[in-house]
Amino acid sequence: MRLGYRSRVTRAAGADQDDRIVDVPGPARPHPSGSAWEPRVDLHLEDGLAEAEVDHWVRSACVLCSNGCGCDIAVKDGRMVGVRGRADDRVNRGRLGPKGLYGSTPWSHSPDRLTRPLVREGGDLVETDWDTAMGRIVAESRRLLDEKGPLSHGFYTSGQLFLEEYYAQAVVGKAGIGTPHMDGNTRLCTATAAASLKESFGADGQPGSYDDVEHAEAIFLYGHNVAETQTVLWRRMLDRIEGTDPPAVVCVDPRETDVARACGRTGGVHLPVRVGTNVALVNGLVRELLTRGWTDDAWVAAHTLGREDLEATVADYDPERVGHICGVEPDDVRRAAEIFGTTDRVLSTVLQGFYQSHQATAASVGVNNLHLLRGMLGRPGCGILQMNGQPTAQNNRETGADGDLTGFRNWQNPQHVQRLAELWNVDPMTIPHWSDPTHAMQIFSYAEAGTIGLLWVSATNPAVSMPESARIKRILGGEQCFVVVQDLFFTETAALADVVLPAAGWGEKTGTFTNADRTVHLSEQAVDPPGEARSDLDIWMAYADAMGFEDKDGAPLVKWRTPEEWFDAWREASAGRPCDYSALSYDTLRSSEGIQWPVTEEQPDGTARLYADAHFPSDTDYCETYGHDLLTGGTVTEEQHRAKAPAGRAFLKAEHWTPPHEQVSDEFPLRLTTGRTVYQFHTRTKTGRARPLDAAAPGPWVELCAADAGALGLADGDEAEVTTPRGSIRAPLRVREQEPGTAFVPFHYAGEGQANVLTMTVWDPVSKQPTFKTAACRVAKAGPGGGA
Amino acid sequence: MPHLATYVGLVDHSEQVLADSFRTVADGHAHVADVHHLCLTLAGMCDRHREQLAPVVERYGEEDLDEPERLRADALLQAREGEIGLLRDLQDLHLLASLVKSTWVVIAQGAQGLRDRDLLEVAQSSQQETDRQLTWLNTRMKAAAPQALIVAP
Repeated sequence: MRLGYRSRVTRAAGADQDDRIVDVPGPARPHPSGSAWEPRVDLHLEDGLAEAEVDHWVRSACVLCSNGCGCDIAVKDGRMVGVRGRADDRVNRGRLGPKGLYGSTPWSHSPDRLTRPLVREGGDLVETDWDTAMGRIVAESRRLLDEKGPLSHGFYTSGQLFLEEYYAQAVVGKAGIGTPHMDGNTRLCTATAAASLKESFGADGQPGSYDDVEHAEAIFLYGHNVAETQTVLWRRMLDRIEGTDPPAVVCVDPRETDVARACGRTGGVHLPVRVGTNVALVNGLVRELLTRGWTDDAWVAAHTLGREDLEATVADYDPERVGHICGVEPDDVRRAAEIFGTTDRVLSTVLQGFYQSHQATAASVGVNNLHLLRGMLGRPGCGILQMNGQPTAQNNRETGADGDLTGFRNWQNPQHVQRLAELWNVDPMTIPHWSDPTHAMQIFSYAEAGTIGLLWVSATNPAVSMPESARIKRILGGEQCFVVVQDLFFTETAALADVVLPAAGWGEKTGTFTNADRTVHLSEQAVDPPGEARSDLDIWMAYADAMGFEDKDGAPLVKWRTPEEWFDAWREASAGRPCDYSALSYDTLRSSEGIQWPVTEEQPDGTARLYADAHFPSDTDYCETYGHDLLTGGTVTEEQHRAKAPAGRAFLKAEHWTPPHEQVSDEFPLRLTTGRTVYQFHTRTKTGRARPLDAAAPGPWVELCAADAGALGLADGDEAEVTTPRGSIRAPLRVREQEPGTAFVPFHYAGEGQANVLTMTVWDPVSKQPTFKTAACRVAKAGPGGGA
Repeated sequence: MPHLATYVGLVDHSEQVLADSFRTVADGHAHVADVHHLCLTLAGMCDRHREQLAPVVERYGEEDLDEPERLRADALLQAREGEIGLLRDLQDLHLLASLVKSTWVVIAQGAQGLRDRDLLEVAQSSQQETDRQLTWLNTRMKAAAPQALIVAP
């Protein structure tokens, strides 16, 4: 196994069906449209432990992808030793994917956990106690506040913490320090989901539900390789695909993925577009709906704005031109549009192939346009899921620990800011609201220049995950900025910090989180954190206490102590907003099978689908944003928004396709795209410590199609060198079916094969999501395969 | 119509100056990724306005009569440095774009008086795009200003 990769081609029946490494989606429960998805319980216990030997089970949900599968944590002798899917949970009906099943618990008792704080002494990080570590942070924080004010502080958080922790961080950062420089790695994974929903509907919030899979007659997956990113959701789709009346699957992906292979057998179509051309494709699909009359004109007239401009923008995107730009057959564009236009129930899902690519927001908004033109929202099977990349990304967006304002509020709306000021009992001027909050890439630029003098990184590993890694490492390791890192492990990022704080992880603390279809779960503490590790919530509170943050009456700013108290504070903060949790409590969650917000007195059991009444959160006084120019990111003013009188109507917006920022050349003749493997999550902090997952995908690789590999004199298994203007990496070659002229590299791995050494520093003008999937590269043979 | 020709010349020149200045800022702040890429995109927008204007220039000419007062901004020849330098450069671009916009407004009025549909179309569509440039410049300046004014060295 030179590549150390167990091919899934050898998928087999029998015993292997219990092995989610070999049979990733697991046994089928095929069923026809409209019938219930049957439960199937996945269980894994470490060290051959039997189910009966488990001391007790603790309610939770999985955090190793964005699906949020309900599960119970097995505890034996005070250790987390495995997980079991919850058969009653609406998200997974008992199933778990390979990452969740094998990766959820081994990291927790890994011998290399951080158990004590570290501080830098004479160039080295040395163990210390909490008082010393927090003392260093507070001294630096106070010095900077005195000398430069709140703008000297930046916070870069995660998509892995709990809602309560993000909310605490939002209060500390926005009302304690008062800095606009707060963002999360959610900027890398999910910012475009939020941006596209805000631009089309006026506020964030997934319109659809996972239940739409059971009702859909067609499923469109736009840059969403669900077979690798959310295997339980893929199993759910497969159970329809393998049933008697499968939905037509339409897949937009340059690679020949498992999803792409499902297109043919369901009467769908695979559109292997060139990377960087998504906007041309969606404009072409929209044009087909318009010219073929596949629109619900009365609904569009009553519930949308902007049809004329949309028609003008897409007019030139006929199938021939789209085929030429995207490198696909014009008839395939026609066929895909026909499926969309003539099917009653279409579910669309969108992910990183759109979000991390060129013109991310414009492309994702195009998907919303297709549904709006057909009035296809809010009914079973008619969903849009602008997917999330991480399990708790949604909560980061809701609470405003990232570049959003708490409770999907609008920073341009003084009444919204006033309400937050009342909740926190601070002067509204304290809360930064003079501009869009600072996005992650800009935060790192300010840290590079030293105008951010304290950067606090929690539960994320930017030294590996951010584009142009060499630059990020220089910034984190430089003298110009004091860096605090709190994490489970001594990551590549922690190694560059000035202070490292040991954090408790999933199962070692209590909190809630919300998945990509608005399902809220409670995850209860199962075991104690190791050594002196503390929950992120406790760390934010300890910092707030040590800094002595006060409200305007001189009382402590932070008035809530336990996770449940923070949740209750959040319920109040969310009341009346689209993400309304006001009628949801820990007690409700302890007996729920997963409940979808909004949860209000009127809707105590939650809300399956948004916009069933075709009323959108676009009113000028209510909306989360007045919108942006999709080409430039320039903000629409309140006056301009009010003049349009949206009054609950959705926006049809479109932009012209522009060529990617970095185009192929003689020197760099191939397009580069990056992505994921089903066996690893992010930079492998957890999954790399689970033996079955590590064995299944231990190292990076490079993919080329056979023709491109042959032309370069490369064979499967050869050591390949990939070079862009930023740098070079080396990894073994895999020959795979994909769009010719494209090289693929997974982004999980640090070291010689670190994909983000290659990627560009560039981002979408609206969502500010970095472009990981569009660059130009060359590939050369670095060495032979075989005995290497 | 010598004065219309003067304005046609003025807008052609001003769009050229703005395009050159966008490119100067793009090159000078190449490490500021969004500014770099968007300034190049917006420079291309100016180029297209001039291309669309070209047939009109042929019809009306580009006369350059003496005016009582003459304001012709010159292009930014060199970008400034640092966060405060970027802010000043964006502000200069805003001034140049404002001149372009008001010139298109005047030309559109002339085109209406003349019932010249082609010229009106060019003037109105170019003015709309100049508005997009101004909106972005305004947004970007507002984002950059606090850090540049308060914290930058």
